[in-house]
Amino acid sequence: MTNTPKNSGFARVGIVAAAWLLIVVVTNLVMAEQKQSTSKEDISSAAFLKVYKVLQHPRCMNCHPAGHIPLQGDNSVAHNMRVKGGKDGKGIPGMKCMTCHQTQNVTGKRTPPGAPNWHLPHPDMPLVFQGKTPAELAKQLKDPKTNGNKTLEQILHHVSHDPLVLWGWKPGEGRTAPSISHKEFVKQMKIWIDNGAVVPK
Amino acid sequence: MVQLKINQKKYEIEADKSMPLLWALRDKVGLNGTKFGCGVAQCGACTVHVDGEAVRSCVTPISAVEGKEITTIEGLSPDLSHPLQQAWIAEDVPQCGYCQSGQIMSAAVLLKHNDQPTDEDINDVMTGNICRCGTYNRIRRAIHQAAKTVRKQKEDNS
Ligand code: FES
Ligand code: FES
Repeated sequence: MTNTPKNSGFARVGIVAAAWLLIVVVTNLVMAEQKQSTSKEDISSAAFLKVYKVLQHPRCMNCHPAGHIPLQGDNSVAHNMRVKGGKDGKGIPGMKCMTCHQTQNVTGKRTPPGAPNWHLPHPDMPLVFQGKTPAELAKQLKDPKTNGNKTLEQILHHVSHDPLVLWGWKPGEGRTAPSISHKEFVKQMKIWIDNGAVVPK
Repeated sequence: MVQLKINQKKYEIEADKSMPLLWALRDKVGLNGTKFGCGVAQCGACTVHVDGEAVRSCVTPISAVEGKEITTIEGLSPDLSHPLQQAWIAEDVPQCGYCQSGQIMSAAVLLKHNDQPTDEDINDVMTGNICRCGTYNRIRRAIHQAAKTVRKQKEDNS
């Protein structure tokens, strides 16, 4: 059977329709893919902003100061007696952190808080929180050269288990805790890492 | 019952484990050279040594120092012969005297680690010890004086 002009017209319409369908499907697939990768980035970024809010809270920031003198109180003023972190972040002989900060909080207001191994980051790698933007802090946290030689997994372990970090949620009388729970904080940190540890824009 | 080792001697103390070391020293053991100033780690009057490091005994529960070497001003030397004690006498440092045992105990840790302290080194350590009588200048002079003695002793022994 030979094609009549009518039949070839049908065939042309069919080809155009198939091509159109193909374009629609491919475009949708590409868009879906793009949408997925954008949202992964968004998820990571959004999680970090929640983490950032905790890291900027005085309970965390006071021991990650910009200078060598720790901060204190909910208003993050320079520490009484202008104490210094010294060569190892643990104070100066005669004025160590543990001279006053014991392994637990002292009862009552305006008394020294305490947790095991009270100290500042090592001065060679100070991991500063004070005055950092979310992007600066995320970059610092990701880079082993600035985060205390840690992998992201080790960072997650540190914030999950270090008694000094946990103390932030049991700070004793007269000191506030971060606005989200420790469990939520760790969850957001994990979301940030699992979704690519994105540096927020 | 808590066992404490203070100035090389062992003591068994009937007290709650949360009792501050300062209370145990003064009220249970009768070593009252260590003073109560503020009770909240702000003044330094209660400074003693625990395993060689300065500690504020007013905020240190006795449970934290079981099995450790505790030294109070009474144990710094058997006969006031510590270079700091000698310098304190020579420079006539104390006014009322209340803060002085804490001052000497902090200075002793400084000198153990640094026998050539600058004024800034002295400030960094002694800033935690308050003197209501304002004897700071004499304290500084006495520390420099004691540092000289420590250096001389080291030279003589080498
Ligand atoms: S009494 Fe302990 S520091 Fe003031
Ligand atoms: S000598 Fe009086 S408080 Fe220091």
